[in-house]
Amino acid sequence: MKISIIDYGAGNLPSVERALAKLGAETQLATEAAHISSAKAIVLPGVGHFSAFVNGLRERNLVEPLRKAFDEGVPILGICLGLQAMFETSEEAPGERGLGFLSGEVRALPSNVKSPHIGWNQLRQLQSGVLLEGVPVDAFFYFAHSFAAPAETAPTSAACDHGMAFAAVVERRNLFAVQFHPEKSGEAGAQVLRNFVEAVQ
Amino acid sequence: MTLARRIIPCLDVDAGRVVKGVEFEGLRDMGDPAELAARYNREGADELVFLDISATHQGRETFLETIRRVAQHLNIPLTAGGGIRSMEQGRAVLRAGADKVTVNTAAIKRPDLISELAQQFGAQAVVLSIDVKRSGTSWEAYTRGGRDATGIDAEKWAREAVSRGAGEILLTSIDRDGTCTGFDCELTATIASAVSVPVIASGGASTFDDFFDVFEKGHADAALAASIFHQETHSIGALKDFLHRRHVPVRLSK
Repeated sequence: MKISIIDYGAGNLPSVERALAKLGAETQLATEAAHISSAKAIVLPGVGHFSAFVNGLRERNLVEPLRKAFDEGVPILGICLGLQAMFETSEEAPGERGLGFLSGEVRALPSNVKSPHIGWNQLRQLQSGVLLEGVPVDAFFYFAHSFAAPAETAPTSAACDHGMAFAAVVERRNLFAVQFHPEKSGEAGAQVLRNFVEAVQ
Repeated sequence: MTLARRIIPCLDVDAGRVVKGVEFEGLRDMGDPAELAARYNREGADELVFLDISATHQGRETFLETIRRVAQHLNIPLTAGGGIRSMEQGRAVLRAGADKVTVNTAAIKRPDLISELAQQFGAQAVVLSIDVKRSGTSWEAYTRGGRDATGIDAEKWAREAVSRGAGEILLTSIDRDGTCTGFDCELTATIASAVSVPVIASGGASTFDDFFDVFEKGHADAALAASIFHQETHSIGALKDFLHRRHVPVRLSK
């Protein structure tokens, strides 16, 4: 069985595919429900706008299959906007519904800091988890986002600070999510992906 | 825990080779893009910028092929641009494997290009490049690689571009470019305080102190340079060690 990478019509999927392939993982692009129900794990990468993302999923009839897989315990890794889409709503798209795997709202970064938050930042580990195993505590990860989930609203295993404490790594049972781009975060990012791949073997 | 200041090598690409313009001499070959990119990736570069300086259709195709080839070997972000005039051209660059697209001349001629790119790909994927010359007490934006004056005030233009969705400003001082006299810290500080997005300073880098100054005095979020890295005048690792010792937050490669 393969790891399905959700293709919602935008986003830089090749770099996620390539990063997983380097770790020896077999992947397929999921553009329809069958690609989700046959997956042993799912990666939900995303860049751009919250509403374009959830609309892209909806137009391809991928929302219900994703929800079903999540309920059945299939491991899911959300990346960047993929993390944000797991919440109920986002300030970026008022009135739009997210996947709702996590309760709470994604917020805009405060106006007293530069936004987008672009560049390499460090994490504050709050609890031990799978994704950061073997990752040095002072490792840097590449972020590129203007919205984020406040750390206290999520099962946050590591937070990052940029005007507010936000969820950088989220883990709960079969749900995994990172606000940074592991596929663009050098060795540290590769280790995070390796931990996910090993956890779902 | 702080957002690290970024060090970004810039690669000018013509006909599939990295080149550097030299005054009165034309273009000098600096090497293979993939080889240089792999070296910078290894040495701890935080990001790479690829600029297409070829002017022909044939050249554009070769550029996309170069991006594809280079992206294979990178696990850091890649920004690409040079002569991008439409959303379709932006999409082609992103599809080829770039994470961000940079626009300059075409955005001045048609500012809607910024809005279109930002709506489609997100502000984090749109880098506005501004080439600037000092003009009395203010700064003027130039187009076509610094050849044409526009009469547009750089600070005003930067603000407008950000309101249209530019997620970063790549700011080049034409006065300093190629002079090795250091970044224009005054210009950088002016633009950095005028906009809410990160500013990448460019033009004039020569010594380690120049980088320290542009972060400390210029409040740059990132610093970009080309020849000093291509010619191995400085290694990125040594530069970052220097900045770290001077308490500038940088990502040290292990």
